[in-house]
Amino acid sequence: MEEESDTRKINNSFLRDQNYATEADIISTVEFNPSGELLATGDKGGRVVVFQREQETKSEPQRRGEYNVYSTFQSHEPEFDYLKSLEIEEKINKIRWLPQQNAAYFLLSTNDKTVKLWKISERDRRPEGYNLKDEDGRIRDPSTITSLQVPVLQPTDLMVEATARRVFSNAHTYNINSISVNSDLQTYISTDDLRVNLWNLEITDQSFNIVDIKPGNMEDLTEVITAAEFHPQQCNTLAYSSSRGSVRLCDTRKQALCDTHCKFFEEPEDPSTRSFFSEIISSISDIKFSHSGRFLMTRDYLTVKVWDLNMETRPVQTYQVHDYLRGKLSSLYENDCIFDKFECVWNGSDSVIMTGSYNNFFRMFDRNTKKDVTLEASRENSKPRAILKPRKVCVGGKRRKDEVTVDSLDFSKKILHSTWHPHENIIAVAASNNLYIFQDKVT
Amino acid sequence: MAGADGDDSLYPIAVLIDELRNEDVQLRLNSIKKLSTIALALGVERTRTELLPFLTDTIYDEDEVLLALAEQLGNFTMLVGGPEYVHCLLPPLESLATVEETVVRDKAVESLRKISQEHSPVDLEVHFEPLVKRLASGDWFTSRTSACGLFSVCYPRVSSTVKAEIRQHFRTLCSDDTPMVRRAAASKLGEFAKVLELDYVKSDIISLFTALASDEQDSVRLLAVEACVSIATLLPQEDLETLVMPTLRQAAEDKSWRVRYMVADKFSELQKAVGPEITKNDLVPAFQNLLKDCEAEVRSAAAKKVKEFCENLPEDSRETIIMTHILPCVKELVSDTSQHVKSALASVIMGLSTILGKDNTVEHLLPLFLAQLKDECPEVRLNIISNLDCVNEVIGIRQLSQSLLPAIVELAEDAKWRVRLAIIEYMPLLAGQLGVEFFDEKLNTLCMAWLIDHVYAIREAATCNLMKLVEKFGAEWAQNTIVPKVLGMANDPNYLHRMTTLFCINALSEACGQDITTKHMLPVVLKMSNDQVANVRFNVAKSLQKIGPVLDSNALQTEVKPVLEKLATDTDMDVKYFAQEAIRVLALA
Repeated sequence: MEEESDTRKINNSFLRDQNYATEADIISTVEFNPSGELLATGDKGGRVVVFQREQETKSEPQRRGEYNVYSTFQSHEPEFDYLKSLEIEEKINKIRWLPQQNAAYFLLSTNDKTVKLWKISERDRRPEGYNLKDEDGRIRDPSTITSLQVPVLQPTDLMVEATARRVFSNAHTYNINSISVNSDLQTYISTDDLRVNLWNLEITDQSFNIVDIKPGNMEDLTEVITAAEFHPQQCNTLAYSSSRGSVRLCDTRKQALCDTHCKFFEEPEDPSTRSFFSEIISSISDIKFSHSGRFLMTRDYLTVKVWDLNMETRPVQTYQVHDYLRGKLSSLYENDCIFDKFECVWNGSDSVIMTGSYNNFFRMFDRNTKKDVTLEASRENSKPRAILKPRKVCVGGKRRKDEVTVDSLDFSKKILHSTWHPHENIIAVAASNNLYIFQDKVT
Repeated sequence: MAGADGDDSLYPIAVLIDELRNEDVQLRLNSIKKLSTIALALGVERTRTELLPFLTDTIYDEDEVLLALAEQLGNFTMLVGGPEYVHCLLPPLESLATVEETVVRDKAVESLRKISQEHSPVDLEVHFEPLVKRLASGDWFTSRTSACGLFSVCYPRVSSTVKAEIRQHFRTLCSDDTPMVRRAAASKLGEFAKVLELDYVKSDIISLFTALASDEQDSVRLLAVEACVSIATLLPQEDLETLVMPTLRQAAEDKSWRVRYMVADKFSELQKAVGPEITKNDLVPAFQNLLKDCEAEVRSAAAKKVKEFCENLPEDSRETIIMTHILPCVKELVSDTSQHVKSALASVIMGLSTILGKDNTVEHLLPLFLAQLKDECPEVRLNIISNLDCVNEVIGIRQLSQSLLPAIVELAEDAKWRVRLAIIEYMPLLAGQLGVEFFDEKLNTLCMAWLIDHVYAIREAATCNLMKLVEKFGAEWAQNTIVPKVLGMANDPNYLHRMTTLFCINALSEACGQDITTKHMLPVVLKMSNDQVANVRFNVAKSLQKIGPVLDSNALQTEVKPVLEKLATDTDMDVKYFAQEAIRVLALA
């Protein structure tokens, strides 16, 4: 992982002080837009913060690549469902950008129940000149008006505005875990524990239920949907993962209802490693199609797997994320960590994958060279332009310098959410209330 | 403009102009809607040089404001100085045609199409056509989608070199990177084909059509089906087979159910466009397949077209085709697994009887009707009942009446009140078809039972139904059969039923006429003015107001007036109010 060991921390300007961090500041999702110029984060307080990449300037060429706050807005507010006597958190579960369609940017953000389409636009002119009042706002005497004045637009400071364009609500009984925009740019899906709904981006008052795994009797429930995504190019293909470790691929062309899958990806269980925790750790926390559309990546508790869409029987690659935890599963079960939902991402060329771990460590696997690296997102090594050092967790008895023992890992620090720039080697990693952005060495 | 008079008239306009940028959307909207007033006050010169430039840049506004603006600008030609200056409207409409909101864009395009007609041929080439080109080659797909709708309006009126450019632009958009633009192009393909010279239709349009119809996105392919209809209409019959049919056949068997659905949905149009010969050879098997499609949505859409398709078959072979090819499929649909398919079929199947004639109907269709009348889904039964008139014309309803009755009774007692409501609405129709005897014998009790339904909407519909029945069967029938029963309810212990009596009287008095109203109904109403429930009493007042015009003046003065006067002094406020209201309306004061 040559390129990655050169990764530099280039910006820490938006690290919040740990001491003052509140629950609401914890980042719950992070996502680059399709051009990589913008980066959005959502937090438990229902806020969305959009960062914009600085343009290269002659005076400060090294500043190219720094991401600075572009717009901040409150996407969701806490609500109360009076019918079910249920509190609805404002936490942003997912953000998905739409491809740019005009000078404005659009993103979808969702909490447990409601998806919203936001428009982020710039305004740099404002109208001036009133008939009935002067420039200071003083009302003029109507009898002094002898001619009409048409307002004129004058340049002003750049303002970035976020407006909610659509609110897609009342379609989910269970909590939404994913949203995914279709390549036809007309529709998207929202997925909860038991159902997948298909929406038209322009229509908020109806959605179509295309997958429903709710059994007639809830006592027969054996699995839930954990994530779903559309294929990046084939508008008719979508995949959803389950808590039992399988992925189903659906073809929307076949039928209006996709209850029957057309492909089923599952690895047969190895009976020798079977334990009380097998089922829990095989639950898939995230799925991602590769940019090429050929592969599908799944993340379960201990591994990341890459599947070839043409081979359903077993993954083409399996990477151990933190196999050293296998012996600690019972204590991870005790402290609920075993239910953590780690996400995974591809790099722009599908050659490297990245996913998170504990102790603010995150892992990268190069699919071609088979090399892997563990890196740490921490405030200590987050000085601008510092180079990230690979970290190692020691498994055996002897601890070498720079190594960390399994027992000293901090399980309260975890990297659940991360995103990779669509074309360049820039990654954004969320650790609790901090966002770290690392990039390939600036040349 | 100066001087005291000018100030007064300027003030309202000044308010309107200032409100163009008020913080309240409603006020902005209001100002935009009065844009013509502002423009008139400013005069054509200032409208062109000041107002339009301002409006061109106000695309930050709310959708509803932009929508109103886009619409206004379509009617602005005279306000900018007539056709000579109409091109001044292009910049604001151009910027509106690029916003992300589809309804606004569509409205801007609509207005652009409208004002394109007001351009002189020269202006069209100097101003309008460059705008279309700019939109067509814009960076964002919003502008390119808008361009798709503008080609067809300028094409017929420009020189042949410009025509060639327009064709080229359209071709480029048909293979655009984004599916949005390809969809827009596909949806305008038919319209564009119509203004093209036939040679270009054959050379250009057909290749674009074929490409769009095999696009990787099914949302694009399905729009090509629509274009297929217009293209097929334009081409001479002998070219259809080679140029259109391969694509149509492919669409009817497309992998994606949405495309097949579109074919089913447009089937009648396609049938007319391709003509009888191709219908016989190609469309009949295609239609059979759609009726047997694995996706219920497709079967529903096809089932809805059964009657229309059969009607439009060439006369010489119509009966054979229906009997040997269509009917077997229809028979299967009667027991389809999806209730939507069954109810779609039920809404048209009766229409086949007129096409097939008496003998075939009795032998082949009647068993299907009877099966559908027993269907588990109420909507299927309702759809059959609602179309009874078609069968009645061909074979008479007697054949059906034995099965009809249980079906009606079951619907009349359905647990869902909307189902009950639906069947009530068909009662007058049924009564007309079945005749008074059958009605009295079998259905009258049902109609009366609805009057005491526990859902108000049903009781209300039931009273309305009685009125229609009286209109059909006459006052004498009413007096003998329903009036006694209705009046009997006036003594019911339940006040809601007593009120129903009043509602029935309101509905029936006019249809029954003066005699029955005065002799039978009025005494009951008057007696109810002593009811202990205030709601009943004020409804008495309302009833009297309603039936007053039917009564003679003697009855009004001697019987109605004293009662109303008494009610006007009632302890209950509402009773008082309605009694006074009735006195006022009937002019009894």
